[in-house]
Amino acid sequence: MYDAKYIIPGLIVFVALMTFPIWKNMGNAGPVPKPEKPVGVTKCIDSVKYMRTSHMKVLDDWRDEVLREGDRVPIEVNGVKYDKSLMNGCLKCHADKKKFCDECHVYTSVKPYCWDCHFVPKETF
Amino acid sequence: MKHAFLAVIALIAISWIGSLVGLDYVFGVVFPYLAFAIFLGGFIYRIVNWGKSPVPFRIPTTSGQGKSLDWVRQDKLDCPATFWQVVGRMLLEVFVFRSLFKNTKAEIHDGPKLVYGSSKWLWLFGLAFHYSFLLIILRHLRLFLNPVPAFIGQIEFFDGLFQVGVPVLYQTDLVFVGAVTFLFLRRVLIPQVKYISFAADYFPLFLIFAIGATGILMRYFFRVDVVAIKQLTMGIATFSPAISGDIGSIFYIHIFLVSALLAYFPFSKLMHLGGVFMSPTRNLANNNRMVRHVNPWNDPNIKPHSYADYEDEFREFMVDTVLPVEKELPPEPEPEPEPEPEAAETEKPAEPAAEEAPAETPAEKE
Repeated sequence: MYDAKYIIPGLIVFVALMTFPIWKNMGNAGPVPKPEKPVGVTKCIDSVKYMRTSHMKVLDDWRDEVLREGDRVPIEVNGVKYDKSLMNGCLKCHADKKKFCDECHVYTSVKPYCWDCHFVPKETF
Repeated sequence: MKHAFLAVIALIAISWIGSLVGLDYVFGVVFPYLAFAIFLGGFIYRIVNWGKSPVPFRIPTTSGQGKSLDWVRQDKLDCPATFWQVVGRMLLEVFVFRSLFKNTKAEIHDGPKLVYGSSKWLWLFGLAFHYSFLLIILRHLRLFLNPVPAFIGQIEFFDGLFQVGVPVLYQTDLVFVGAVTFLFLRRVLIPQVKYISFAADYFPLFLIFAIGATGILMRYFFRVDVVAIKQLTMGIATFSPAISGDIGSIFYIHIFLVSALLAYFPFSKLMHLGGVFMSPTRNLANNNRMVRHVNPWNDPNIKPHSYADYEDEFREFMVDTVLPVEKELPPEPEPEPEPEPEAAETEKPAEPAAEEAPAETPAEKE
């Protein structure tokens, strides 16, 4: 091979960059998020699967309905009424932001801008 | 184009069906590993293979004044003569696609008049495409690193700066799809470019577009369980792959298309990723007149043969055929006047000729 003194280091850099996650993690996948489930409540407004993938959509729609259209009528699921609200709806059961919201959000590097406006609920009373 | 399109459709169909019949592990773990191995191995193979090609002398494509006399200003980036000038040229090529920036187009107007103009569209969209692709790849590192480094959060923040919708719309997604669309339309709408476009040109465009489209569908429209996906991708990155939870077909289509792209990469035009560094028309200093470049395939047993050596070897014959020589034959010693008359007679006519030739050459030279 010609010009090996340039090509070999170049290839080493390339392979190092491409395999960055492999040697950065060193085989350690890290802790898996375990969001704390609310005590005494077993039902949410939709299925677990839907809430896992689309809770942000629910909140976004609620925000639009409540703030932009003035529609504050609570939704009713299986006879239970829920306020269309992050603070008075979701956080009623999922009381601890840190142990519920942040678990997955930190894991997947999601930084929702809810808390740009909302106060983070107090963690200890 | 038709076949390239159908090939991408087939890839989508295969992975979709595969995920429906429960081949999650094959499409989520086996193919990605296989594709990544092919990608790395194939990439190294191609580079080493290129490295084996001898480059006997400098062949840069220059487009500026080469190094000359002191009072002639050299165009250092377009006709580099030193290592560092080449580095400058390569950096501009790799980071801002300088050669595309210098694109021109020729048009015939009424007259008829041939007009050359600058054409920056390919450069602009090429740059937009490559940089958005880079940012998208960097953003995807959030699925392969735990904890996620801060710089990825920074990229995500600025990429979604306008906070449109939930999940936040990334500008790179729009730019990426727009730029791929441009690169495709360029091939279809410009007759000259269409004429030189083949399946190998269309296939990567369709494949990359499909990857972008499935990614966008997955993020903004179908929405998938990102935690389950990250558990899978982290498992892949730590060699302990496991699929937990129901991720959804769109993810398997997306990851299979990416696997196809990785496996296809080393054997296609996409190798320009490595090739741009290996291109002898760009990475060589134009110093043919300053440095002696020895042809690497020369047989070392064959020594240089100068004209002086050549003349030494053939002087007699040259003199014989009245060819001019730079050095005369040594004056013939004449201590042999005694041989038989027969031999002397035959030799005699030759002697005046031999004496004439040396006499001629000095006259000619002057």
